Amino acid sequence: MLNVEKLSALELQYHVEKLQAGYVECIDDNRLEEWPDYFVDDAVYKVIPRENADRNLPVAAIFCDSKGMLVDRIVSLRKANIYAAHFYRHIISNVNVKAVDRGVVSVQSNYVVLQTRTDGTTEIYNAGKYLDKIVATEGGLKFKEKLAIFDTYQIQSLMVTPI
Amino acid sequence: MNTIFASDRTAVTWPEDQSVCRVPYGVFTDRAVYDLEQERIFRGENWSFVGLEAEVANAGDFKSTYIGETPVILMRDEEGGLNVVVNSCAHRGALVCREQRGNVANLECVYHQWAYNLKGDLLGVPFRRGLAGNGGMPKSFDMKEHGLHKLRVDAVGGLVFATFSERTAPLLDYLGPMAIDAINRICNRPITVLGDQRQYVRGNWKLYAENTRDPYHASLLHLFHTTFGLYRSSQTGVCHMDAARRHSLLTASQGTDDGKTGDYKDTRTFNADFKLQDPSVLAGRKEFADGVTLVILAVFPNLVLQQIANTLAVRQIVTKGPGAFELVWTQFGYADDDAQMQGIRLKQGNLIGPAGLISMEDGEAVEIVHNGVIREQDRASYIGMGGGKAEDADHLVTEGSIAGFWEYYRQTMTV
Repeated sequence: MLNVEKLSALELQYHVEKLQAGYVECIDDNRLEEWPDYFVDDAVYKVIPRENADRNLPVAAIFCDSKGMLVDRIVSLRKANIYAAHFYRHIISNVNVKAVDRGVVSVQSNYVVLQTRTDGTTEIYNAGKYLDKIVATEGGLKFKEKLAIFDTYQIQSLMVTPI
Repeated sequence: MNTIFASDRTAVTWPEDQSVCRVPYGVFTDRAVYDLEQERIFRGENWSFVGLEAEVANAGDFKSTYIGETPVILMRDEEGGLNVVVNSCAHRGALVCREQRGNVANLECVYHQWAYNLKGDLLGVPFRRGLAGNGGMPKSFDMKEHGLHKLRVDAVGGLVFATFSERTAPLLDYLGPMAIDAINRICNRPITVLGDQRQYVRGNWKLYAENTRDPYHASLLHLFHTTFGLYRSSQTGVCHMDAARRHSLLTASQGTDDGKTGDYKDTRTFNADFKLQDPSVLAGRKEFADGVTLVILAVFPNLVLQQIANTLAVRQIVTKGPGAFELVWTQFGYADDDAQMQGIRLKQGNLIGPAGLISMEDGEAVEIVHNGVIREQDRASYIGMGGGKAEDADHLVTEGSIAGFWEYYRQTMTV
């Protein structure tokens, strides 16, 4: 198991970016069943409109506080929810490791999600920042907390696929 | 076929056969119909929802919003009064307020710094008497005549409404006892705003008005409960209207699960094999003595007040042309909620809103209808479930409230 406290800044940056790359790849490549595995069991995952975050209001578009809830989201997406077929393409930048404290790595980064519909048109669907808390586990680095605070707080049509 | 509305302005015609409710698709796509709606519905003799009192709790608090497509400002003055004005300067029409929310001592247009108080009265005009003998407003210029366009304002249960017309019936009469009781049931004590969500739907606003008056689709389009084996076939409900049939109240009570699923064997999905890994998303508290777990109150033209389990919210419809609207969800709890109760409301919030496990499909439903009818102007929908008349039903297999909406819509549009 990685000891994040012992890694050099460069090594830590590498491992964090590798984790984030895998995370967005699994969403963009529609391997959503793997998506919950990027989180620890008691993880917090929230997708929060910026207009709420800026006012310290707690409402989130997606509000999960367990890996089980993430699995349920994906089962619901596959089996229950009705929505227009689409692809996501995440672009992540400005990956900034802010702190390492008692094994928890705090990272802020920017993201843009481009959405492509079946007519072949692509639009900027969601832009924002990730606030991540990452821990090392036997299975590699995982998210203990992932907050996606999105500037694009007017959601186009609906949101079913995680950010 | 008879022409509806002003025949010189729109070619949309209403089918003669009204044995059930038939709605010509042109009303969803025609620009002239949309323009007439702005005049006769949103700026006509109806009360539109503009916000919650709790959003402008203190003197100087303001919120920018819309009635139909008209930008308006809701603000609270020093005396505690609620005021709604059109967000357009009396000088040359610029937006006076360019922020979504905030707190100000007065409003000031950035263009020429015309200043208004929190009631919308004009306070000051730069260089009104000119500069060194040059310029200045004419002597006839009367400050009192150049305030912002003020609307009539009233509130029920902390929900604030405004109307452009002096002829609109008083708010309580407009809402009627059914809607007032439903509002007061939910808004029975001070509330706390928990946050907003905005959903931009590429379809006509009336498709959403239909959707929120349509209990028929609930268990057919929204498959979350069915998929996870959570559907209670013993659920009972009613779908009622006010006397003018413009508002709709849909309520349901969760019965006990008797295990019957046969009535749904023809639907696309019934698969109780799936189990929620974490059912805490549904955990809640009984907080209403009547046992009602679902309330969808649709108030003509632009408001939905909802209780779904422990989630409380208003949804405001903001029109964006004939082909789009914004749906603003404002979720709230009570000021006396304990931390656990607020946690319940936030977690159940996964069910509602643009990413809601049981509500996201409504955006999709509106868009597929809008896209389907875009050039089918001569065709009409067939709204016949439960008989196709604007009648109350003590069950959920009805489209009666949709018929009621259209009945009132035709009245208010024809004038």
